[in-house]
Amino acid sequence: MSRLSRHFEALGALLLAVIWISPLVFAFWAAFHSTSDAVNFNLTSPWTLDNFRTAWEGAPWLRYFLNTFVLVTVILIGQFVVTTLAGFAFAQVRFPGRDVLFILVLMQLFILPEVLIVENYAMVSRLGLFDSILGVGMPYMASAFGIFLMRQAFKGVPIELHEAARVEGCGWFGILWRVYVPLARPTYLAYALVSVSTHWNNFLWPLIVTNSPDTRPLTVGLSIFGAPENGVDISVISAATMMTVAPLLIAFLVFQRQFVQAFLRAGIK
Amino acid sequence: MADHVSNERRRQAIYGWILLSPAAILLATFAFYPSLATLWSSLFSRGTRRRPSEFVGGENYSDLFADPVFWKVVTNNLIYAGATIPISIAIALGMALWANSKLPARGFIRTAYFTPTVLPMIAAANLWLFFYTPGLGVLDQIGGLFGLPSVNWLGQPETALWAVIIVTIWKEAGFFMIFYLAALQTIPEDLKEAADIEGASRWTYTRRIVLPLLMPTTLFIAVNALINSVKLIDHLFILTKGGPNDASKLILYYIWEMAFAFFDAPHAAAMTILVLVVLGVVAAVKFTILDKRTHYQ
Repeated sequence: MSRLSRHFEALGALLLAVIWISPLVFAFWAAFHSTSDAVNFNLTSPWTLDNFRTAWEGAPWLRYFLNTFVLVTVILIGQFVVTTLAGFAFAQVRFPGRDVLFILVLMQLFILPEVLIVENYAMVSRLGLFDSILGVGMPYMASAFGIFLMRQAFKGVPIELHEAARVEGCGWFGILWRVYVPLARPTYLAYALVSVSTHWNNFLWPLIVTNSPDTRPLTVGLSIFGAPENGVDISVISAATMMTVAPLLIAFLVFQRQFVQAFLRAGIK
Repeated sequence: MADHVSNERRRQAIYGWILLSPAAILLATFAFYPSLATLWSSLFSRGTRRRPSEFVGGENYSDLFADPVFWKVVTNNLIYAGATIPISIAIALGMALWANSKLPARGFIRTAYFTPTVLPMIAAANLWLFFYTPGLGVLDQIGGLFGLPSVNWLGQPETALWAVIIVTIWKEAGFFMIFYLAALQTIPEDLKEAADIEGASRWTYTRRIVLPLLMPTTLFIAVNALINSVKLIDHLFILTKGGPNDASKLILYYIWEMAFAFFDAPHAAAMTILVLVVLGVVAAVKFTILDKRTHYQ
C-alpha cells in the first residue's frame, strides 16, 4: 500500500514538473520551426533557424544585451559599495540614532520602488538622469534587503578577529576591507546572483525611465518587439524570447547548485 | 579615562554616519522624499495650460472613490492576491516536500520547478501567449482533441484575470519552494526517526511535525507573496493590457496608466498613497505581531 502511494507520488511530482516546464519547451520548439508547423504541432517537421534570423534583424538586440549587461553591473557595484558600508555600520559601529535609522531602512522593504514610479520619475528627470542607465539603476542601489543581508553576515564575524586586526594597527576601513569583506564572500555571491537575476528581469521601471534604443534593456526591447501592432508571428516571438532568456537560463542550468544555494542563503532565516 | 571614552564614542558616531551616508542619501532621494512628494502632489489638482494646479485637499481621493474603474481594479487585485498567495504557497510546499524526498529524477524535478523563477516576467508572458492564443494556442489545441470549442482566454472578461493569475503562480511557486527546501533541511533527522519508532505515518509526521516547524517560513513567504501581488504586473503589458473592459487591470498597472498614458499624476499619486498605506499596515503587522510570535531573527 505504502509502496503504491509512493509510486503515485513520484508520478505526481513528475507530472507537475512536466507541466511546469512545458511553456518553456513549447516555446523552444516553436522557435526552431516555421509558424505553421509550430501551431499544427507537426512533430516531424524540419528544424529551422529562420525565426532567429528574422528576430535578430527586427531589433537592435546586441545593443539591448549590452544595455542590460551594463545595467546589472552598475547596480551590483553600487549595491555592494552602499550595502557593505551601511551593513557594517549597523552591525559593528555604535552611534546614536542607529536603531531609528535601522527601522527606517526596514520600512523601505515595504515602500517598493515600483510603487513610487511617478515621483521617482520626476526625481530622475530633475537629476538629469532620464533615459540613462544610471537613472534606471540608482533607485535600487540602497537596497534595504541588501543592507539587512550584509548586517546579518557581518554580525556573524567573531569579534576576536576584529580585535586582532585592531591590535595590528588596522583602521576601521582596513578592518572592514581585510576582515569582514573576505569572510562575507558567500553572502556577496548569494546577493550577486539574486540581484543580477532580479535586474536582468526587471521591466516596469526601465520601461518608464528609458526612451531610446541606446538605454533600453532587453525586457523593454522584447516587449516592444512583441507588441501586437508590430504583427510579429508566434514563432518569431518565441525565438526572440529564447534569445533574451538564454544567457541567464544557461548560466542557471550550469551553476544550478550555486544558484539554489544562493537563494537559500539569501532567504533570511 | 572618561575623556578617552567619550572621545572614542564620538569617533564611532562620526564613522557610523560616514558609513551610512551613501545609503541614507539614496534612501532619502528614492524612497522617503518621493513618498512625501507623492502625498503632497496627491492634494493638488492636475495643472493644465489654462488652469494651473491648485490645492484641492482630498478631492483626488474622493474622485477615486467615485470612480467605478478604481473599485473594479481594487476588486481585481484582491482576487489576484486571494488566489495567488494561498495557491502558490500550497504548490511551493508540495514541490519542496517532493523535491526533498528521495524520488526518482529528483534533479530534473527540482530544475523544472525552479526554472520559471529565472525568467523575466515579460518572457514568461510571451511563453504563455503561445498557450492562450485562441485557435492556434496549446490550450485550444488540447481542448480541440476532446472536442471542446475554442476559448479566447485572454479576450473575455470571465477568464482574462484568471489567465493572468495562472502565469503569476507559475512564476513564483518555484521561488517560494526554495525557502521551504531550506527550512526542510534544517529539520533534524532524529524527529523523523522518533516519529518512525512511535509508528507515526508519513502523513502524520508531515502534518504534526513538519508543517508546524515550517510556520515561520510560511509567514515569511506569505509576506513576500503579498508584496508580489502588488508588484508583479509586468505580464499584463503583454497578455491583456488590463482588458478586456478592465477585467484584468491591477492597481499598479492602473497607476502606471494614469500617470504615463493619461498624464494624470495627481490621481496616480493618490492611488500610490493608498497602496503605501496598505503596505504600511502589512509592515506594522509583520514587525509587531508576527515577528514576536514566531521566534526567528
